[in-house]
Amino acid sequence: MSHLLEINNLDVKFDTDEGRITAIENVSLTLDQGKVLGIVGESGSGKSVTAKSIMQLNPGNTIYNENAEIIIDDENVIKFTSKNDLKKIRGGKVSMIFQEPMASFAPAIKIGHQMVEQLMLHKTMGKGEAKNISIDMLIRVGIADAEKRFNQYAFELSGGMRQRAMIAMALSTMPKLLLADEPTTALDVTIQAQVINLMKDIIKEFNMGVIFITHDLGVIAQVADDVAVMYLGSVVERGPVNDILKNPKHPYTRGLLNALPDINNLDAPLKPIPGNIPSPLDRPTGCVFRTRCPDPTHECKEGSIEMGLIEVSPGHWVDQCCVNCG
Amino acid sequence: MLCELWLSMSENILSVNNLSVSFDYQENFLSKKQKIKAVNNINFKIKKGSFFGLVGESGSGKTTLGRAILGANKVSEGNVIFHDDERDFDLTSITAKEMKEYRKKAQLIFQDPYAALSPRMTVRDIIAEPLEVMRITNSREETDARVRDIAAKCRLNLEHLRRFPHAFSGGQRQRISIARALVSNPKFIVADESVAALDVSIQADILNLLKQLQQELNLTYLFISHDLSVVAHVCDIVAVMYLGHIVEMAPSRELFSNPRHSYTKALLSSIPSIDPEKKSKAIELQGEIPSAMNPPSGCVFRTRCPNPTHDCKEGHIEMGLIEVSPNHWVDQCCVNCG
Repeated sequence: MSHLLEINNLDVKFDTDEGRITAIENVSLTLDQGKVLGIVGESGSGKSVTAKSIMQLNPGNTIYNENAEIIIDDENVIKFTSKNDLKKIRGGKVSMIFQEPMASFAPAIKIGHQMVEQLMLHKTMGKGEAKNISIDMLIRVGIADAEKRFNQYAFELSGGMRQRAMIAMALSTMPKLLLADEPTTALDVTIQAQVINLMKDIIKEFNMGVIFITHDLGVIAQVADDVAVMYLGSVVERGPVNDILKNPKHPYTRGLLNALPDINNLDAPLKPIPGNIPSPLDRPTGCVFRTRCPDPTHECKEGSIEMGLIEVSPGHWVDQCCVNCG
Repeated sequence: MLCELWLSMSENILSVNNLSVSFDYQENFLSKKQKIKAVNNINFKIKKGSFFGLVGESGSGKTTLGRAILGANKVSEGNVIFHDDERDFDLTSITAKEMKEYRKKAQLIFQDPYAALSPRMTVRDIIAEPLEVMRITNSREETDARVRDIAAKCRLNLEHLRRFPHAFSGGQRQRISIARALVSNPKFIVADESVAALDVSIQADILNLLKQLQQELNLTYLFISHDLSVVAHVCDIVAVMYLGHIVEMAPSRELFSNPRHSYTKALLSSIPSIDPEKKSKAIELQGEIPSAMNPPSGCVFRTRCPNPTHDCKEGHIEMGLIEVSPNHWVDQCCVNCG
């Protein structure tokens, strides 16, 4: 069976005044229909850039490598340049939910109008039908008084409601692939629990593939089937969520888990990962994590080992350099 | 007897008595002026040297309470008393001169280290500014010595002091903010969501630093956060706020192992578990936090209470904390609910 989404050897570089910055290096990922792939990592690790590459939403100074492939429905979407082609992926086959729900609605246009507009753009339907679908969708995500909310502006809704409206809008075109970039980070825990449950129901119902970006490992544990851990633009470990969180092989994944305050064990000290993330301008050669590795092997320290994932158990891939590190 | 009373008084660094903070609100210039109570009849004391946590959702009044304690918001009713070694500061009757003195003793660490530092000042100038504004030091040499001293305590080195904030990462910036708050040698710190904007690894680092500084400098913290697992780890005592009221307050271990209020229970159950096999059993609260403009009568939580008693539902019971076990305070209305 072919995958819903296949990313092969993706490199992303940005041309800036200070030089060419490598944001993503050699990332390969796959996602099947009905599955949730979680991407975790600290800020600056390239999570959002990876997702934005799929819809080509990165800024104008972005350079993709020649042999990169992002395949959706047998088409390499990264080579798309014409407006018509891009329209197919932006909002058609692929939808995105952003972190800040206030910033993703236009403030001076009614929510209903924005929902209807994008439906008419991507699907061949009239205004009336689009309105019915939008209101249905708003009800579906649990918004009370959907008819009233349809005619309101974004500022009239609370944070949780706005994020639900955003989800309703992203799902109304029935995309095959949903990119959720930190969809619950700005929300309170009780609202976060509501939104997570809602998303899980909808993913099941529509059988879509989801890339779920977050820095919260607890959220990942609850929603994802597979996890990719990113560090400084590279995937350092990926595999089924159970393997990654219970039996992490990469020292960075272990570091992230140790730094997390655990509510069930209040006596455990909080252990930060030593050192700072290096600037992308001076990316370490060889293994990107070697400058912060707590117990690097000799070759690793020298930077003589190339990055590359190897399979340590079925479906569980770890960067070859760090398999043997502390 | 008197001696005992004096001793018990001296242990507290801060007493908050029946504190309310309201804001005037007018929809447009023709409509009637309304009062919005952001913080409503709050009572608590903070012991010297403790890490006091304040949790709640956005809009619950955490920040307003923190600002009122620092004198940045006007107290509408009740009072806030800061107990210093020699004397007490009563924030309701404080003079402008006393306020200057109080500011040296109580300081604030902000949430967003990217917004809190001026991009046009060097780190040295940022940290030195409170000393100059409050006229604590008399010469440049003295200022420099104190800046260097506190910077070293916050793990910033000399070379860092010459640079501008843009050269630093989020964690380093937060250390600069902490150094600035501590340079006037305060005794009481309000940390308002000070780790919310940071990555987990950096968050752990900053929390450890705050703990370490507490030991070294004998500080007392009021730690405001919406992240319960962070609060559980660092705080000694935790108060849970909902719509301007404290609904439960207890030593943190007691609160997290034996929550009594349905809101606290719901909050705790909403924390996503790190174990993928333990699917969350979040107690879903119905609806959203009501607007502070027309809060429910009686118990403010009754509109979302999963299992209210009859009297509670009707809004007959007044809010007020009662002690259910030593130092464990719960709102009297909800002791018997859900």
